[in-house]
Amino acid sequence: MTATTPVIEALNISKSFYDPVEFKVLKEVSFQIQRGEFVSIMGKSGCGKSTLLYILSTMDTSYTGELFIDGKPTHQMSANQLARIRNEKIGFVFQFHYLLPEFSVLKNVMLPGLKLGARTAHELEARAMDLLNMLEIKDQALKSAKQLSGGQKQRVAIARALINDPMIIMGDEPTGNLDSRNSDIVLGIFRELAQERGQSLLVVTHDNDFAAKTDRTIVMEDGYVISQ
Amino acid sequence: MNIKVILSISLTHLLARKKQSLVAALGVTFGIMMYISLVGFMNGLNGMLDSLVVNRTPHVRLYNEIQPAERQPVETVLEWSGALHQINSIKPKDGRKEIRNALPIMKALDEDPRVLGYSPKVNAQVFFTAGEIELSGIIDGIEVAKEAELYMLGDYVTTGNMYELLTINNSIILGKGLADKMMVNIGDVVQVVTVQGTLESLKVIGFFQSGLADIDNIQSFSALATVQKLLGKPSSYITDLQIKLKDMAIAPAVAKEYRRVFDTDALDIQTANAQFDTGTSVRNIISYAVSVTLLIVAGFGIYNILNMMIYEKMDDIAILKATGFSGRDVQWVFIFQALIIGIIGGIFGLIFGYVISSIIDRLPFETEALPTISTYPIDYNPMHYYIGIVFALVTTYLAGYLPARKAGSIDPVEIIRGK
Repeated sequence: MTATTPVIEALNISKSFYDPVEFKVLKEVSFQIQRGEFVSIMGKSGCGKSTLLYILSTMDTSYTGELFIDGKPTHQMSANQLARIRNEKIGFVFQFHYLLPEFSVLKNVMLPGLKLGARTAHELEARAMDLLNMLEIKDQALKSAKQLSGGQKQRVAIARALINDPMIIMGDEPTGNLDSRNSDIVLGIFRELAQERGQSLLVVTHDNDFAAKTDRTIVMEDGYVISQ
Repeated sequence: MNIKVILSISLTHLLARKKQSLVAALGVTFGIMMYISLVGFMNGLNGMLDSLVVNRTPHVRLYNEIQPAERQPVETVLEWSGALHQINSIKPKDGRKEIRNALPIMKALDEDPRVLGYSPKVNAQVFFTAGEIELSGIIDGIEVAKEAELYMLGDYVTTGNMYELLTINNSIILGKGLADKMMVNIGDVVQVVTVQGTLESLKVIGFFQSGLADIDNIQSFSALATVQKLLGKPSSYITDLQIKLKDMAIAPAVAKEYRRVFDTDALDIQTANAQFDTGTSVRNIISYAVSVTLLIVAGFGIYNILNMMIYEKMDDIAILKATGFSGRDVQWVFIFQALIIGIIGGIFGLIFGYVISSIIDRLPFETEALPTISTYPIDYNPMHYYIGIVFALVTTYLAGYLPARKAGSIDPVEIIRGK
């Protein structure tokens, strides 16, 4: 793919919920995200921004319209192919840390890499330690995930999102659960990733301050993109 | 699918819930243990009961039945061949008791690849005289080595050395019941009168006890030549050929063939002992039914535990799927958990089953009727252990499959959105 291929391209994506009554949550949403871009999606609660993110992440496949990831249409792909794309090209950070509590911090970070199988366990371990070092939580690596504080867990989740060198990192209110100090740390890390590593970032937030510090903000209301 | 990663996740899940996993594995252990000890015990008993008769029964027995001539003389008259013959009061013909052409038949049997071995026998009806009374009995003239090899004679000769039949002239092994009635001991001499009136003295060198009183009261053994001499017959005089086949199942077919080819009567074991198969299969059904029930109960335990685990692990499943594990991967995480429980529980089940079997094996079980048995019989057939572990794996796989499939089809969006 050439450098100008958008990392993500959404074309006329619409989605409805049918339970309890038909409700169109996304209406003809179209936009692109370029390589190295730090984009935030803003909007009121219930405007469909999280739903959009799940569609873009390929986890939710019940929509109309088209989604291209790295220039490839995802429409005809099987569940296994989509899982592979998530594994290889998308990193995920959620509002609630979502670490596997029984595993060590290190193992949590390594798991998506072990699944991808592109690197040996040994290389992955070294890489995971580098990432934890970068996020300043290397000393916690061998602790069990449930022993960490909220801010630490979120940083582990970021390290996990980065293990396979994804093209894009998606965050669903990644700072929503953190105090302002930890929130700033996470934002700083994201900036650095976009600028220095050329990875794209797509972050759903309702925090104006956070959105203001991103390259571009997509604003949504009632299922429409009203500005981008 | 990266099996190593999936397995490590399964193991971590299991180890994080040691108590639950242990209880689940114990269920399997208990089921397999019961299966192994029950089947071992049942089959041990079956084997013992069957061997009481089957060991001593030839697969095919060749002999001459006493019966009326198939073609009465009148039927051979050509000019009356179309007529209706009415003959009253037919009696058995005065046929010979021996097998005609015994020596060529034995030669043919030697060359038949289906035959494991055979033992020739001369059957003589006699009276034992002990003081005032005469006891009727049977002396079987046998080839000791063949009889021992094919029909486990050694197991039933409880006192004395049966090979002395070959070394001591005019010697006899008496049935225990017969010996008790005549009050004779080893080394004593008994008087024997044949039906033809010949009188002979035979030296008692051992006692025989089959466990079946009817047999022990009349049966005795002597060397083939001794009995032939007693009856005044030549060494080609053989009344029975007791054939053991390599495969018992083909006995009826072989018997039918021999009946035609050798022109003698032939009786197969299945016809002679139809009731034994029935008893064996009924006991087998009982032991399998009990074990299957136990394993199904264990299976429900595993099903429950995995189901609960999956509800607890919803978040984990969602995160695994979000980070690129497919539904199949997640499904295998849980199936592996079930299989690990099955393997570990199953292996311990085999071990404990073996231990219980060997404890039963050491319990004393002594009875007059069964001279060769001193402890409870146990069958250690490796096949049962093989079936046991396969059984454990199949049950746990089935118990794990449904919960695992549910886990595999969980929609991560719903879990993440629900937070």
